[in-house]
Amino acid sequence: MGRRAPSAYDAGRMNTFSDSAATALSLIAGFDPTLLAIVGRSLAVSASACAIACGLGLPLGAWLGVSRFAGRGAVLTLLNTLLALPSVVVGLVVYLLLSHSGPLGFLGWLFSFKAMVLAQSVLVLPVAAALARRAVEDAERSHGEQLASLGARAPLRGLLLAWDERYALLTVAIACFGRAIAEVGAVMIVGGNIDGFTRVMTTAIALETSKGDLPLAVALGLVLLLVVLALNAGIALVGRWRAALADAPLLVKAAEVAP
Amino acid sequence: MSAVLQLKAVDVRFGRVTALSGIDLKLAAGERLALIGANGSGKSTLLRVLHGLVRPAAGSVLRDSAMRQAMVFQRPHMLRASALANVALGSWMAGTPWRQARESALLALSRVGLADVALRNARSLSGGQQQRLALARAWSLRPDVLLLDEPTASLDPHAKHDVEALMAEFAVGGMTLVFASHNLGQVKRLATRVVYLEQGRLMADLPVREFFDDRLLREASREADLFLKGELA
Repeated sequence: MGRRAPSAYDAGRMNTFSDSAATALSLIAGFDPTLLAIVGRSLAVSASACAIACGLGLPLGAWLGVSRFAGRGAVLTLLNTLLALPSVVVGLVVYLLLSHSGPLGFLGWLFSFKAMVLAQSVLVLPVAAALARRAVEDAERSHGEQLASLGARAPLRGLLLAWDERYALLTVAIACFGRAIAEVGAVMIVGGNIDGFTRVMTTAIALETSKGDLPLAVALGLVLLLVVLALNAGIALVGRWRAALADAPLLVKAAEVAP
Repeated sequence: MSAVLQLKAVDVRFGRVTALSGIDLKLAAGERLALIGANGSGKSTLLRVLHGLVRPAAGSVLRDSAMRQAMVFQRPHMLRASALANVALGSWMAGTPWRQARESALLALSRVGLADVALRNARSLSGGQQQRLALARAWSLRPDVLLLDEPTASLDPHAKHDVEALMAEFAVGGMTLVFASHNLGQVKRLATRVVYLEQGRLMADLPVREFFDDRLLREASREADLFLKGELA
């Protein structure tokens, strides 16, 4: 069978894509202010959400990794279920909470930066908690008994094991940031995609694509890909750093240990 | 001599498996007790019961309330921190303020010959150094009773000698030692008393010299006979 000859439609589509990509690259290279504002807002929202989710989720996961209580299995099942929570469902729930008639309506956060941070925090909190729980529970199974033999009770053991697994938890934090920055449903619902105010990369891509303004959408898509690439590079660097540190002297001032 | 630790008719079960059955044991201050037996005989479980890490299904464990104890594991786990911090952590968890714990840790590291690696990442130390570090961590707690679970099992002869020498030093200092071992030469060198376990049961509890001359035990148990010939060790 011979190959189909490119049609005029195909050529037009190729042109559209290549033109859009070229314009997108010029927007990136020229530090387009609109593009930079959207990227900056995206990074700020997701970094704040990631910090909140990790601040709460990592200690919660560490505690779940070492504690034993009635109903723990059900809690873990619920936590693992929340890992697959669709972002639009999170957006809807946070919208209902923050809406004028909702229980948190008095805060007046709906369609604001704070609402987007809250929604993304809710979205990635289970990721932080579940992955931290797994890392700390594995460490507890492997050497928790030795810490217990020194007198460390469950909460302290959880914190010590979390500290010991800090490089694994750093990878968890990076994964949380990746999940947050790549989602679109939650921020679209609670942020409203307001130009110059709550528009972030993913919502802008969706909007510009629907309007047919492909260059900005492609430029934002490329930036988003670069951010994800940087995250993956970060994870790889953490792994190499961890391996290198295993044999490195620790940076502690000699004076501190003098008796 | 009064008992610092006593087990009365202790049974330990893990699910349907009986790990220890009807163990009666009295430990006097200053003793050096070796626990021996084939793999799966219950030595490690008995040490864990003595240290309070495993709760018996039946029977009781009696402890002198003023007595302090510490445990050293076959493969000690060190946190990703300096050797000094790893040792200080033990004292800190026992209630010593951090600054004082670090001073005490430095002393303990000097005691085991590791002062020069105090600031190195504990994970980067050799197996023998990590075992000495574990001994320093235990020693810094000033225990009256030190429990050791096959402390030289995975070490080369030189490191094994260093660890044995430290155990002997601790014993001379008045510390009560309970150690599990497969090394009969080590048992003869270090122990004053031997407990032989077989499938979770205490088959013999004798002073070390009597134990190695005990024909009754060899006649009563083919496994004990093989063990003492070194064929199961």
